[in-house]
Amino acid sequence: MRYVDEYRDAELGRALAGEILATVEPGRHYKVMEVCGGHTHSIYKYGIDDLLPANVELVHGPGCPVCVIPMGRVDDAIALAEQPGVIFTCFGDMMRVPGSERTLLDAKASGADVRMVYSPLDALRIAKANPERDVIFYAIGFETTAPSTALTLKRARAEGVTNFLCMCNHVTIVPPLRALLESPDLRLDGFVGPGHVCTVVGARPLGFIPAQYGRPVVVSGFEPLDILQSIHMILKQIAEGRCEVENQYKRVVPQEGNLRALEVMAEVFAVRPHFEWRGLGFISQSGLRLSDAYADFDAEVRYSVPGVRVADPKACQCGEVLKGVIKPWECKVFGTACTPEHAIGTCMVSPEGACAAYYNYGRFAREREVV
Amino acid sequence: MATETPRTVPAPPPTGREAKILGIIETARAKRARFREPQITMSHGAGGKATQTLIEGLLVPALSSGGLAEMADAGAVTVDGVALAMTTDSFVVTPLVFPGGSIGELAVNGTANDLAVSGARPLALTLSLILEEGLDSDVLRAEVGAIAAAAAAAGVEIVAGDTKVVERGHADGMFVCTTGVGARDVRARLAPSALTPGDRLLVSGPIGDHGTAIMLARGDLGLESDIESDTRPVWPAVDALLDAAGENLHCVRDATRGGVASVLNELARASEVAMVVREGDVPVRPAVAGAAEILGIDPMYVANEGQFVAAVAPEAAADALAALRAVPGFEAAVEFGEVKREPPGMVLVETAFGGRRVMDQLVGDPLPRIC
Repeated sequence: MRYVDEYRDAELGRALAGEILATVEPGRHYKVMEVCGGHTHSIYKYGIDDLLPANVELVHGPGCPVCVIPMGRVDDAIALAEQPGVIFTCFGDMMRVPGSERTLLDAKASGADVRMVYSPLDALRIAKANPERDVIFYAIGFETTAPSTALTLKRARAEGVTNFLCMCNHVTIVPPLRALLESPDLRLDGFVGPGHVCTVVGARPLGFIPAQYGRPVVVSGFEPLDILQSIHMILKQIAEGRCEVENQYKRVVPQEGNLRALEVMAEVFAVRPHFEWRGLGFISQSGLRLSDAYADFDAEVRYSVPGVRVADPKACQCGEVLKGVIKPWECKVFGTACTPEHAIGTCMVSPEGACAAYYNYGRFAREREVV
Repeated sequence: MATETPRTVPAPPPTGREAKILGIIETARAKRARFREPQITMSHGAGGKATQTLIEGLLVPALSSGGLAEMADAGAVTVDGVALAMTTDSFVVTPLVFPGGSIGELAVNGTANDLAVSGARPLALTLSLILEEGLDSDVLRAEVGAIAAAAAAAGVEIVAGDTKVVERGHADGMFVCTTGVGARDVRARLAPSALTPGDRLLVSGPIGDHGTAIMLARGDLGLESDIESDTRPVWPAVDALLDAAGENLHCVRDATRGGVASVLNELARASEVAMVVREGDVPVRPAVAGAAEILGIDPMYVANEGQFVAAVAPEAAADALAALRAVPGFEAAVEFGEVKREPPGMVLVETAFGGRRVMDQLVGDPLPRIC
């Protein structure tokens, strides 16, 4: 594949790995968080951490929009999906995320009309094809996917489609990062910044990380060479005593972001006072709802959802795992109440989350140890 | 570059709480799978962990008579010294006709191939048709023609049959069930238990064609391509391998539902060996790779209907591969990995990028990802 394979060149990867090794201080341990679930996926898929020196540890961040949806919001989704006549649409990987008792896949098996879509426009198409039924789109994602939901809603309004509704679970990236950074026991040395979020919001909103918390950030692309280069840039900042936001993903991320997308988002969404994150609890101003101008399209306005908050078990320590304070096996519920089959926290829900990875491969991972 | 610097040292054995937790996980894993779900979901049909739970947790304990517990693609039956193999399969696919094949052709090849990869020459099939009220007779006529043509091509006779008609809405056009009998070949006894550390792994050609063709033929992705299903009889290829390698041919599995990744995991688990796979050596057509890239699906998990994985003793691997490549349609076969002793039950991938990772079994269908 042109324009893709170039970023997956194994030889260049080895060369970069060598440069990384030359940059790190022997005996010092580095913890770098990749914020975005897409990065975690690439790291896992290409075995990138295997190319890093053993004293550079990658910590998987809170940026998987699927895994951070709390149980209560899944329960609400199931309640909407089970309303008579409703067609409930969502992205594929959302279907297996556990609510307090069931997943959307279970609801489908019980007779709810739950359909997998690839974009909000697919959901709008289903709405137009079934004018007698309400079609609800379960909107999830960071600033990356929020503009496509916003544009779809604008189109629905322009075309006069009244049976298309949205249950909005869009979230923003800065508040959870700030929540992590606020923690006094933070053990992270730098951040691989969320490339696709920055495509929309630009690199500037991440400026508070070096400015207020003294940690370097490199906005990164998603191919393996992108990620290795970003890690190198972070380690170089540390080695040279610099601390700033750098943009490795210049081919896609403009400094000021995508102004048109931001404008559309501002029109269609409003910030919720707080939103719950699986494993992290409530975070102020971290979620989006439909703006009052779009209330007609809000599934939570047209239908009453239970809105019951299902508390994460108190012992769940996803926050500490995410901050790099504890190892997965140090969590009180790890391997007992919280397993991949019955996941509690975000780190176990995602197959690439730190806890799920340790549960499945922990024994194997131990073959590597810090130099 | 200081690439000679040792990056890892052997890890000390886990102690204290970590050792205890790893112990709990091992115990939980070693327990026989229990089927506890309150209802069947689509995951139970996808060939991954959920399917395994259904088979190992419900079917085998209730029905096992020895042969079933081995969970090969076909069971062995010996009548008055005549060694036979028997298997059965049912076929449900939407759409009924897709690029490169149709349900009728699949129903013949699928069952004949389960016999072939068990080391049995397919002899005869029974055919059971479940037809939905309202099915167009021309569609049925075409499928019967496809069944006849595929049976002739595979050298099997249809010796018995049954038809049922169900009310509209109770079947997706038509379902087809076939049961096959084959003659077990004397040149080798193929079984997962014959896998030996050191065995070389061969794959019979480019992977992922069938599953990708079906996904695209459903039309809801809006992608177009010339990818065709790879459905075909594989006995000629297994026959050539038996000729070239004899008893050095240890095991063959067709990589149908769940793809190459699921087959390797099943084999690794069943025979308590490890598999190490070189991802970059596995042939994938550019169009399949492109579709997988867009959907966020790994071709290793995508279904095939005419490809298999074979394990051959190292001394016979080169001859076996040459013999396989000499069979028309199998020219693209490659050696792509090796059977190892450690870590038992696991499949490891050396990625094309130079890293290593675990290739796990999926719970259910590969779902397109948003993040």
